[in-house]
Amino acid sequence: MSSFRVLFDRDTWQEIFGSISNNKTRTVITIIGVLWGVFIYIALSGSAKGLDNGFERMFQDIAMNSMFVWAQSTSIPYEGFKIGRPIGLKLSDVEYLRKQVPEIQFIAPRHNRGVFGSSSVTVKRKNQSNNYNLYGDFPEFTKIATKRIFDNGRFINDQDILNARKVAVIGEQTAEELFEQGEDPVGEYIQIDNIYFQVIGVHKYVPGGGFEQAGDIFIPFETFRKLYNTGDSVGWFSIAAYDHVDVVQVEEDILLALKRKHRVSPKDNRAFGSFNLGEAFHQIMGFANGMTLISLIVGIATLLAGIIGIGNISLISVKERTKEIGIRRALGATPGEVKVQIIIENIFLTLLAGAMGLVLGAGVLSIINIATQSLEDFPYTNPTVPLIYLFGVVVLMVLLSTLIGLIPAQRAVNIRPIDALREE
Amino acid sequence: MIKLENIHKSYKMGSSALHVLKGINFEVESGELVAIMGSSGSGKSTLLNILGMLDIADKGLYQLDGTPIEKLNEKRAARYRNHFLGFVFQSFNLINYKSALENVALPLYYQGVGRKERQKSAMELLERVGLEPWAKHLPNELSGGQKQRVAIARALVSKPKVVLADEPTGALDSKTSYEVMELIKEINNEGKTILVVTHERDISQMCNRIVRLRDGEVAEDFLTSNRVINH
Repeated sequence: MSSFRVLFDRDTWQEIFGSISNNKTRTVITIIGVLWGVFIYIALSGSAKGLDNGFERMFQDIAMNSMFVWAQSTSIPYEGFKIGRPIGLKLSDVEYLRKQVPEIQFIAPRHNRGVFGSSSVTVKRKNQSNNYNLYGDFPEFTKIATKRIFDNGRFINDQDILNARKVAVIGEQTAEELFEQGEDPVGEYIQIDNIYFQVIGVHKYVPGGGFEQAGDIFIPFETFRKLYNTGDSVGWFSIAAYDHVDVVQVEEDILLALKRKHRVSPKDNRAFGSFNLGEAFHQIMGFANGMTLISLIVGIATLLAGIIGIGNISLISVKERTKEIGIRRALGATPGEVKVQIIIENIFLTLLAGAMGLVLGAGVLSIINIATQSLEDFPYTNPTVPLIYLFGVVVLMVLLSTLIGLIPAQRAVNIRPIDALREE
Repeated sequence: MIKLENIHKSYKMGSSALHVLKGINFEVESGELVAIMGSSGSGKSTLLNILGMLDIADKGLYQLDGTPIEKLNEKRAARYRNHFLGFVFQSFNLINYKSALENVALPLYYQGVGRKERQKSAMELLERVGLEPWAKHLPNELSGGQKQRVAIARALVSKPKVVLADEPTGALDSKTSYEVMELIKEINNEGKTILVVTHERDISQMCNRIVRLRDGEVAEDFLTSNRVINH
């Protein structure tokens, strides 16, 4: 059949445009069906991608294979100790864990005032005063969770620890609230619980879903220890494992080692608490992937419904155009020519509607993107539809509209010209 | 030009069959203007459909310009229709969203004739039927007589060997009917073979020969006085 010649024939298109523009109701209804399908498909898969990107952004500053470990109190009597014995992490645990669990890459003991039940600290500067959460940290901490420090500042270093310097890294919000606008906090002094600290850096707050805030102040662990007289106790450990290891296994090993050292029953699951970011990340990414899959399925199903709608409308229109088709056949149109015309009409309408849906979907996505750009807490970044999805949807549309078009096309050919022409 | 031998056709009506044509025999020479008459149910429409390759006889021989028309697939039938036959219908059967010119040009589109040439030929025929000023008009902007003249132009545009007219005046008043028949006669005078199916006596009298059908058979077949005048 000369179908391909027909495709590039100006007359074919003239016939098709004629028929499309003269069956306006059908054209509009058809277009709405597919347009909606493609729109849903684009909007959903784009949003899913945006969510995906958003989660990735949220976690980008935290090592994916990191975890927190803290101590609670025992829930099982063991080696003569009573139930409910409070456990405290010690600085000496660091060396022990390093020896026992070689998969540990970085381990940072941390202390805190203001988050886990303790009261936050009062920070003063000139006549400004406010309460903030305070952390005592080692430089290693930045290996586990990136701290973004504004230019001309720095984070705590080894010298700060060695000399227990009274230096502090303050938050964006702290700087804003305690300092004048345009004033550089670095080198200035603030009072933390009435003790003077020199500001060495300002960190940029990056939302990470954790308990950290924009006003957090970091001081050297040693300084914290002396200031609050914490002895060799540790608030909790931030631990990062090597990249290739199984973080879940490392987490178990660490807990087991701690139980051994602190003489806790190996079966006691309440003595130590832990939170595995790697695992949490995988769960969230799994959720995001699930969203992508669901959006793909819903989008394609909607599209399918639209295309079936086209077939449906096309069937009705063939019925309406019985006479026209009869005339064409009486004048010498072959069944093939009639079929090709109806199928091309279908494909053309589908693609036209698809393109419109695409533009609409892309427009809505970019509006959502602009609207959510300022919301840092909202995990939604750069919603895009991967090209392969777009290509796939175009192929799918052509394929399905051809298949669906075959039904009305066959119906049109089955109409006997005589019957068609007799119909009044 | 046309040769029919023992044409039979029956339609299934539920369980029983309706025998519509019971052995039709007649020949039409080139250049004849034949009226096929008969009351409703006499089988004249069925015969026209068979002549027009819109339907297939159950039995019998049909030759068109020496070509036996039998067991054609739809595609061949479409090609033959396009090249051999021109149709004029009672209800005009113009495509309502195409202008008069486009309607006339349509058969040439299916012949694969180029656009320019199509329009030129179509325009010539519109001139021939006196509708040149209405070329750009849509069918619903034309009167019944004008529509039928457009349909006649369309039937002629592919230069067919035979024009089949099914009750061409059935939807027209008598004055317009005569005008249309005059046009058909003029075309016949130019040498075209034309078959007109009608049940109107005065219309049939304007033809050269009348074939009268009754109950699926040829009851009468005679020449009218016109033939004498024309020759």
